[in-house]
Amino acid sequence: MEGRATRIVLAVWVVGVLMFLFIPIATIVIFAFDRSNVQSWPIRHFTTHWFSVAWHDPEVRTSLVLSLKAGLAATVLALLLGSAAAFAVHRFRFFGREAISLLLVLPLALPGIVTGIALQSFFSYNKVNLSLVTIVIGHTTFCIVVIYNNVLARLRRTSGSLQEASADLGASGFQTFRYITLPTLSTAIIAGALLAFALSFDEVIVTTFTAGAQNTLPLWILGAIRVGHQLPEVNAVVVFVLALTTIPVAISVRLTGGGGITRSSVRHTPGDS
Amino acid sequence: MTIETARAGRAGPRAARISAALWRRPWLRGALTLSPALAWFLVIYLASLVVMLVTAFWSVDPFTNNLQHQLTLANFRQVFTPTYEHIIWRTVLLAALVTLTDAVLALPFAYFMARVASHRVRNLLFMGVLLPLWASYLARVYAWIVILTKGGTLNWAFRHVGLPEPNIGYTSTAMWLVFSYIWLPFMIIPVYTALERIPDSLIEASSDLGARNSRTLRGIVLPLALPGVVAGSIFTFSLTLGDFITPLLIGGTNSSLIGNVIYDNIGTANNLPFAAALAIIPIVIMTVYLLTARAFGAFEAM
Amino acid sequence: MHRPHPRVRGIGAVAIVVAALALLVAGCGSSSKSSNTTGSTSKSGSGTSGLVPPTHGMAVPQSVGKGEGSLNLIAWEGYTLPDWVKPFEQQSGCTVHAKFAGTSSEMVSLMANGGGGQYDMVSASGDADLRLIYGGDVRPVNIDLIPAWKDFHPFLQNPSFNTIDGVHYGVSLQFGPNVLLYSTAALPAAPTSWSTIYSSQYSGKVSVPNNPIQIADAALYLSKTQPNLGITDPYELTQSQFDAAVNLLKQQKPLIKKYWNLASEEESLFQNREVVVGAAWPLQTGDLKKAGFPAADTIPSEGATGWADSWLLATKAPHPNCAYLWMQYISTPKPQAQQALSFGETPANSKACDVMNTLEKGGCARLHADKPDAYFQTIQFWKTPLAQCGNGNSDCVPFQKWVNAWTQITG
Repeated sequence: MEGRATRIVLAVWVVGVLMFLFIPIATIVIFAFDRSNVQSWPIRHFTTHWFSVAWHDPEVRTSLVLSLKAGLAATVLALLLGSAAAFAVHRFRFFGREAISLLLVLPLALPGIVTGIALQSFFSYNKVNLSLVTIVIGHTTFCIVVIYNNVLARLRRTSGSLQEASADLGASGFQTFRYITLPTLSTAIIAGALLAFALSFDEVIVTTFTAGAQNTLPLWILGAIRVGHQLPEVNAVVVFVLALTTIPVAISVRLTGGGGITRSSVRHTPGDS
Repeated sequence: MTIETARAGRAGPRAARISAALWRRPWLRGALTLSPALAWFLVIYLASLVVMLVTAFWSVDPFTNNLQHQLTLANFRQVFTPTYEHIIWRTVLLAALVTLTDAVLALPFAYFMARVASHRVRNLLFMGVLLPLWASYLARVYAWIVILTKGGTLNWAFRHVGLPEPNIGYTSTAMWLVFSYIWLPFMIIPVYTALERIPDSLIEASSDLGARNSRTLRGIVLPLALPGVVAGSIFTFSLTLGDFITPLLIGGTNSSLIGNVIYDNIGTANNLPFAAALAIIPIVIMTVYLLTARAFGAFEAM
Repeated sequence: MHRPHPRVRGIGAVAIVVAALALLVAGCGSSSKSSNTTGSTSKSGSGTSGLVPPTHGMAVPQSVGKGEGSLNLIAWEGYTLPDWVKPFEQQSGCTVHAKFAGTSSEMVSLMANGGGGQYDMVSASGDADLRLIYGGDVRPVNIDLIPAWKDFHPFLQNPSFNTIDGVHYGVSLQFGPNVLLYSTAALPAAPTSWSTIYSSQYSGKVSVPNNPIQIADAALYLSKTQPNLGITDPYELTQSQFDAAVNLLKQQKPLIKKYWNLASEEESLFQNREVVVGAAWPLQTGDLKKAGFPAADTIPSEGATGWADSWLLATKAPHPNCAYLWMQYISTPKPQAQQALSFGETPANSKACDVMNTLEKGGCARLHADKPDAYFQTIQFWKTPLAQCGNGNSDCVPFQKWVNAWTQITG
């Protein structure tokens, strides 16, 4: 449909946006090699010293481990609760259904600081000490939303006739769920889980209010920026994380085929869903 | 996997009975699947929001920071004074500007990804959009400080080509730029989802009926992309509305947003009731925004 | 039968739930007591005379047991540098985790509920100490378990900000001034007056802390330049004195490039040549010099505000033994000297002076550790502005109004 000129203009635009997205990333990577703690341009001395500092820093390790723990726990809980909720909203009509779908969007739609201070005052009101548990509670709340949205979107796009056919052929509810429903949802679940984990891993605002004396990786980064003595170390840590996550992100993109069902396989037109 | 093996497989008689019972009572199935999530939300999330709401009507002893549980409207009276009103206004305008910027940046990008790019290029572009989300938000904001500050890369680049140095570090321009940057992936993804769902047949029908490309764009593509834009705008708007870290790091004077004032009143002033009263403003704004967005069908596009 | 529109029905459901929860909370709330009601009556607004700290009767240990292996501190940036923390960790086995706070109020906030069972100690300044003590968030300390205390300067052994009625709630640490920091490249001669940051001489190149307590610095300046206002104590301001200080700060705002929130922020601003002069802690000067940047600081003729810090023990400290080991360690001459030189403050331990001179020639005199008594008198230390003025009146402006005014100034 698009003419050649349009394609070229679009391609240029895409390159521009990509550059916009990646110039700060490139800055982070370059400045990880800056020997000086003063981050100004141009860099006079390059070194890999900070990578070794980051590797051996025990605070980095503990905070990384804590972030991973919190992320995994939040994602698993969110998977269980969020997909169940998506099922319920998709399949059943009940009192307050509209309200539930509105409610389940709130944690992402309301600013993080609101969620943060609400949870913090809730915990202090109930004399609950801040700890990994409260961090996980905070993260799960918005992770549920991500999973819920992804699963619900996929459920809306798949036809229910497959489940009916399975039941007609004699499968029990569990069997239908296990052999028919789950595989259709798998990529949505994986994509949702990865996005939820990413949000939890990088979350700083809600975590500031729900963490006790522990540091997740973003909290450690915030502390390091406050002290300001080892800024290139922060960059080195981020480079590590980026390098580690390139693979899972690539896999997830592969699995979901860049967003799920491709144009050619969509069998319904907008208007029914 | 044949039907025989499926039937002969795991399902025992007891499982079959439970399954049948659930089948006959859809409300039970619904309740079981929904209740854990609902319980979580009601007991923890909604309850904590309500607690905060009620706190907004309380006050705090200035010396010991203990909450005084007498109802008062003093906090709200203070919120609606010029000091805070102009900060609220500034935040809303900035959020709107950022949303607009991101929508403009995202639409052609998402269009290319969804309709022009080959499968492999699309996957690469998708990775390109997701990967920055894994580089810490704090590190990315800090990188912008390094780029925009007086001794930074932007000034250096301008100086090298002989242009005057823009010096936009610690200004509102810097805040707009950084916010647009950070939330861009959250706009691209829903817009892409919306555009990707437009069947080829619709576009072909439009051109069969004689419409030129620009007409098809205006009449078919943009209206169908709109729910995606609105869905993305929920994120960009609300994330800007509540952020206090970016203004803290890269803002100058005249950069305080609602998030900063809320944060200051929690941290500096230990005045939770006043902070809660302030926090109700973004809640109200976002609730109105959400209800409007739902009318646009944004919830299906997320 | 007419079925209500689903959207309306749904919102009705939410409204019912919210209303029910709100009633529940409000109902519970109004009948429950807040957690620390003793000592926090508001009849006198909060003058401390006649009030008893809620934790004053708590038992103190008679000996220090084995360290629990971990110590959680709330500290100012620069108070937990590896130079003196690493030796402590090695000899005590307590790994130190520090959470940083930028203002005293942040510290009070973090220490809510006795430290929440999370934090062991807090390096609180004078304006936070009393709020913590009377809020019941810190507990008494057995000063006999801290041998180095006997070597403290007498005026820091039982100061009113951490010792009430003979009960110690922690140990004095160090004290220091808020200084005028300047780039020696831009200002070859040391400025002699705070007017440097209030006049348009360096417009657009000034930075001051983003902290409402700065109003006291403005008041201090006015107490010398406009004596007709009658300001004697920069923290006890009548409404007219307060308004004058606020006006001065509003006039200052166009001169400011950025109000700094983090110490490292101000250092960045100087290093990137965004600002050339500003209000700072001596920490920033030291850091800039170490980074090779030409900077210096001074206390102008109008005087300085400052802080007097103590390490206080949290009521619900999870690692009390490590906390005592820390207090013992940080009070000894060597860490006192190291921290003093690094941050630019004056130590509590009188024996630190000699160590400072071995670490840096003339270091002791530079930081007035040889005549700390006289130096102490010249600094107007942070204290919580209350409605009670010292002179018996009750019309001074309380801190909550300071915060609102600060938002008005900087917003």
